[in-house]
Amino acid sequence: MQLARVIGTVVATMKNPSLEGRKLLIIQSLNKDLAPQGKPLVAIDAAGAGVGELVFWCRGKEASFPFKREDTPTDCTIIGIVDSDKHVTSS
Amino acid sequence: MILAKVLGNIVATQKNARYDDARIMLCEHITPEGEPTGHTVLALDSVDAGVGDTVLIVQEGWGASTSATGKPGAAIDSAIVGVVDHIDLLKNETT
Amino acid sequence: MIIARIVGTVVASQKDARLEGKKLLIVRPVNLDGTDTSGYVVAVDTVGAGFHERVLVVAGSSARLAQNMKDAPVDAAIVGVIDTVDVHLTDS
Repeated sequence: MQLARVIGTVVATMKNPSLEGRKLLIIQSLNKDLAPQGKPLVAIDAAGAGVGELVFWCRGKEASFPFKREDTPTDCTIIGIVDSDKHVTSS
Repeated sequence: MILAKVLGNIVATQKNARYDDARIMLCEHITPEGEPTGHTVLALDSVDAGVGDTVLIVQEGWGASTSATGKPGAAIDSAIVGVVDHIDLLKNETT
Repeated sequence: MIIARIVGTVVASQKDARLEGKKLLIVRPVNLDGTDTSGYVVAVDTVGAGFHERVLVVAGSSARLAQNMKDAPVDAAIVGVIDTVDVHLTDS
């Protein structure tokens, strides 16, 4: 799992039926200092996140587990919203 | 999946039991234009690929394991699942 | 998932039986501003995507979870054609 900032949205009308109704967001992963690390990715939202929010996301097949797990093709899912930037502490 | 060229194969007598009767192919990753990238990978053959063939390699455990051995759950992460006849690149798409 | 652009097709007649009838496309990941990145991946099309379109590509074992991809030995699938990408925050 990684921290990320939601930085945008994606609209795709024509998609695999197993993704119907799913919200697609662009996320930028962040390091412990909340600085960008790596490239932006497209994630499915399982937490009700919006643009600007600090979230955490899960990669791999496990990313489909919040949904119908055998029917949702996602490798990147937002699974939680961090209360605020101040709620990320590192020594 | 990635594209690769089959360079040869390797022989290993002492190996995981699930690799019995498998052909372990030595392949070089190529670009869509056919240029070698210099990255060498091993993959189990499931389609009778031969040296010099351009092939499709799946790099995911379940797919590779079922292709190469007929069953999932083996310690196999790459398998050749197709021999490429040709590649069509759109115009102006060279790297 | 990543955003990618279709740049070509692959034809393979000698292949795993579970890939029969599946369209194989070469896609190149793109940045949010639409510029190309290096690298490419061969992905199975599940939505009827066309050349030059920007698409959503899901990688790894999750690719098999797309409809019509059950039990196919694939590690990348095109699961959507992108209409628009809106980036609201450029520096996070």
